Amino acid sequence: MKNIKIKIDNIDVIVPEGTTILEAAKKVKINIPHLCYHPDQAIKANCRLCVVDVSGSKKLTAACSSFVYEGMEVHTNTKKVRDMQKGILELILANHDQDCLKCLRNGNCELQALCQRFNISKTNLEDTVDALPLDDTNPSLIRDSAKCVKCNRCVDACQKVQEVHVLTHSHRSVHYNITPAYEMPLEQTFCVFCGQCAAVCPVGAIVEKDDTAKVWDAIYDPKKHVIVQVAPAVRVALGDAFNLPKGSIVTGKMVAALRRLGFDKIFDTNFTADLTIMEEGNELIQRLTKGGTLPMITSCSPGWINFIEGRYDHLLDHLSSCKSPQQMFGALSKSYYPEIAGIGSKNVYTVSIMPCTAKKYEAQRPEMITNGMPEVDAVLTTRELARMIQSAGIDFVGLEEDQFDNPFGIGTGAGAIFGATGGVMEAALRTAYEVITGKGLPGLNFTEVRGLSGIKESTVLIDDMELKVAVAHGLGNAKILLKQIEKGESPYAFIEIMACPGGCIGGGGQPIKSTREVKEKRMEAIYKIDEDLPLRKSHKNPDVLKLYENYLGEPLGHKSHQLLHTHYHSRGMKYNFSELTK
Amino acid sequence: MNRTKTEGFGILTRELAQEIDKTINLYQSNSTKLVGILLDIQGIIPKQYIPREVAAYVSEKMNIPLSKIYDVISFYAALSDVPRADYVIQLCDSVVCKVTGNTTLRDTISQLLGIKEQESTPDGKYWLEYTPCFGACDISPAMRINGKVFGHLTSQDSVKAVFDQYR
Amino acid sequence: MSKTVSIITENFGKYDPGSIDSYLSIGGFSAVKKALTMSSAEIIEMTKKAAVKGRGGAAYDTGRKWAQAASVPGEDKVVICNADEGEPCTFKDRSILSKDPFRLIEGMIIAGYTVGAKNGYIYLREEYRHLRPLIRNAIDESVAKGYLGENIINTGFSFHIHLYSGAGAYVCGEGSTLIESIEGKSGRPRIKPPFIKECGLFQLPTLVNNVETLAIAAAFIQHGVEEYLSHGTAGSPGTKIISLAGNVKNPGAYEIPFGLTLKEIIYDIGGGITDGHELKLLQLGGASGKIGPAAIVNTPYTYEDLAKEGLVVGSGGILVVDDRTRVIDFVKSIQDFFIHESCGKCTPCREGNRQISKIIDRFVEGRQQPDDLQTAERFANIMSNCAFCGLGETAQSTLLSAIKHFPEEFGLTEVAENEKH
Repeated sequence: MKNIKIKIDNIDVIVPEGTTILEAAKKVKINIPHLCYHPDQAIKANCRLCVVDVSGSKKLTAACSSFVYEGMEVHTNTKKVRDMQKGILELILANHDQDCLKCLRNGNCELQALCQRFNISKTNLEDTVDALPLDDTNPSLIRDSAKCVKCNRCVDACQKVQEVHVLTHSHRSVHYNITPAYEMPLEQTFCVFCGQCAAVCPVGAIVEKDDTAKVWDAIYDPKKHVIVQVAPAVRVALGDAFNLPKGSIVTGKMVAALRRLGFDKIFDTNFTADLTIMEEGNELIQRLTKGGTLPMITSCSPGWINFIEGRYDHLLDHLSSCKSPQQMFGALSKSYYPEIAGIGSKNVYTVSIMPCTAKKYEAQRPEMITNGMPEVDAVLTTRELARMIQSAGIDFVGLEEDQFDNPFGIGTGAGAIFGATGGVMEAALRTAYEVITGKGLPGLNFTEVRGLSGIKESTVLIDDMELKVAVAHGLGNAKILLKQIEKGESPYAFIEIMACPGGCIGGGGQPIKSTREVKEKRMEAIYKIDEDLPLRKSHKNPDVLKLYENYLGEPLGHKSHQLLHTHYHSRGMKYNFSELTK
Repeated sequence: MNRTKTEGFGILTRELAQEIDKTINLYQSNSTKLVGILLDIQGIIPKQYIPREVAAYVSEKMNIPLSKIYDVISFYAALSDVPRADYVIQLCDSVVCKVTGNTTLRDTISQLLGIKEQESTPDGKYWLEYTPCFGACDISPAMRINGKVFGHLTSQDSVKAVFDQYR
Repeated sequence: MSKTVSIITENFGKYDPGSIDSYLSIGGFSAVKKALTMSSAEIIEMTKKAAVKGRGGAAYDTGRKWAQAASVPGEDKVVICNADEGEPCTFKDRSILSKDPFRLIEGMIIAGYTVGAKNGYIYLREEYRHLRPLIRNAIDESVAKGYLGENIINTGFSFHIHLYSGAGAYVCGEGSTLIESIEGKSGRPRIKPPFIKECGLFQLPTLVNNVETLAIAAAFIQHGVEEYLSHGTAGSPGTKIISLAGNVKNPGAYEIPFGLTLKEIIYDIGGGITDGHELKLLQLGGASGKIGPAAIVNTPYTYEDLAKEGLVVGSGGILVVDDRTRVIDFVKSIQDFFIHESCGKCTPCREGNRQISKIIDRFVEGRQQPDDLQTAERFANIMSNCAFCGLGETAQSTLLSAIKHFPEEFGLTEVAENEKH
């Protein structure tokens, strides 16, 4: 590609043709202010904060949407540019609820940072906020229009990445808003609660529903035995919140922090990830050998479950009947665990730490009940855990490493890789191969299903059986595979689908600024955890085997069915127009 | 919410659904004609608006996300997501009609209907809205009733004479 | 009334616009017949010679635009007729649409032939929906008689015209926004690049022309450019349809030669101010145009003379305002218009209009704050420098020109006096 030479603030810059001014400026360490720009998204150019002066142009130019040309001269720091950028910032601020001290994004807000940068102290504008009412009636997400800056990043995530099409811009002028159709609350729409909108919001307009207070109450309640499970993707992302290098593996420090917070036992969701493979792997083998709907699709990702139960409810037979690792853990925490720990099951309070906002919704599903109790009592996202640690005054970086507790403390490498797209598939293949053939796997790494391509496929030879599998992450990609199934053209036997791009490492509950670059580092970390573990196949997890021996019996057995499987059903979100068109 | 039931549709009767189907077919179900399709559908719905169930119906029939349809409905001034009335009365509130003096027109209409702008009469017969210039400046002050333009409305009598046609 | 001319409007009243036979009886479609014997280059040459500036308001040279459109590579191109005239005090396209729809069709066919387009789209504003049947009929009859559609009058050239409806959005007069609307979306402007001439409607190379521009093209193809060029001035040759309204005795759409003074337009054509009042101000080119004081009435109505006064021809709207209207009330009315019509997409336009409205309201009610005018000016400048599209850039033209010409109405008399010395 052709290189273009330009000057930015009199500094020479050479960049490839097709580079924007904003990106070229980054090369010479100039950070042009911006709000709607996001490195993983399409150009929007609607906030206009990135306006700069291009010589020869009468008006200012948006740096995010203007491409460089040979000989271009850009000034980013003239009086006019600064005055205008500051003015635009004042305009945004004037219609933004400035209740910063009570905002979840306080200290981690792009608008706040810009106000600090521009030293906004007083403005002549009237700042009465005109906004739609708060939407906080679902378990996962809170939408606060009074804080919305209309950057449209969430719309991009909802429409272009996830193709869920719940959020849209609507109305015009001063009534312009970001909203679901007819301003419906999220739970009455096809929203899957993946939280990708919250993950890209520059401000506090879409945030996770904060459940930390609930968890503090439980910890402080002397009658409650509070146990916690931590999902595989949390340990490679939590460090972000404490300024550690992206992709740092902080498992030991995380366990130590949880212990200091006062949890009675700290367990690993990797354990139930291994258990999921035992159940789901056997379910696949059963469908392959004894007949059953194929392709079978994984059911670990609650965002994905909400998606298929909402829009593709006619394909529900393809879903594995397995509960997710979170809920398998929850079920055991209210049955097996109280028995062996000698604690009244009513006193066990189960908390999950998840990279995911949809897990909050999943935990509240009416069918996720064991022994008359909710299997999981509270779900915290990675972000909420970080806040609890900060709130407790724990110096996270300086902590000594600690270890998970038994009996749910051992997870294999197969469980660990659940956190990345392709991980469940790879874990399942490691087990299915050995269970079906009875032989040891020649190589453990199924690299074809790894990485950030939207859809990955592979053909695995198990004895003389060719098993075609596919992996999709991001619901837009999932749709492509579902359409194949609808048409009866799906060549696959087994499909893994994760709602979020990158899988759980890119979950909607992960620390803010999980860009593609960051996801790649987390992914590397996940596979490093796997490589470094002595056990890398779920069916070799000694505690899982013990659990079957002592309690569950066998995979897909009666007890397993009772505790570890469920029925997925239509969310009933679609209108039924059939009566009208008869 | 009970969306799976058909009784809850209210406005969306079987007859209306058939009319909507006809409209969509007339435009070959072409999604680029959404704006025109919605205008036509609104025209056959009592009270001249597009309720949610109708938008959802169009969404399913044309395979266009409901949110996109809502964006279109809420964006364009000629489309409404709230019920209006049998007769939509649009007073031009543009600068030309201001300059030529539309206060008599405004006051007379308000008096006759007893409502303010963006309101409908209790019987659901009239809806009043102020609109930007609709290009009748040569006969201003002007108003539209269900799309029909009336001009030179400078006196109470001239306004009443037009209004009488819609009683 | 002798100061008006009839070249673009020559057919007005001469035939029944609901009948192609009537149109043919006055020599209709001779422009198309002639054009289809010419080469694209010849038509472009002629268009350049006629020096027609785009009549939608942007005043871009039509010959140049057509030459660019013709040179863009592409098998499938599109011509759009922008019939979304939404500027307040602009209704001249309505006169063509209602009195001579067939000439518009001719203009579109000629444009399509010249640039190599297969399809044309008329985007008709919702406010003109009463004209829809007439235009629909004109299209259908033209197809039926072989003047439109496949193999037009056996020349081998095929061109189809599609009629699309707007739904009440001024911003859709902007090219890329209009395209969004034809594609069935809400009308919010697109990012450029890509430019619509290369990648417009349905990603195809697209030419957008105003109704009047296309009608002029048909006229000078039919009669040659000489007659058209015999009118006007050196800098602004030819004629223009103006929309004259406000406090004049004879409001209406009139075709005039460029070069008449505003005074001639207002008094000789318009019959002067109503009810014996005094002229106070003029707004030219609609809400996005600036206003000028009564003192400018001796200015000739040409692109170049108006530019000297900081004014524009724009869409050709001439709004005459007498001393019964307060400037601040006038400004408020324009502001209300933009508050209604901003698409809301970009911060300067959405929030700038919101804030400036609050300030203007305070002026109207006489409770302005000391800093208010300065603040309004500051944000008006931010809007004109930073807004996403032309709507936001020009929305504050009225306010800024009102402050300049009528400082006393904003309580600025002394400041203005000081600045003079």
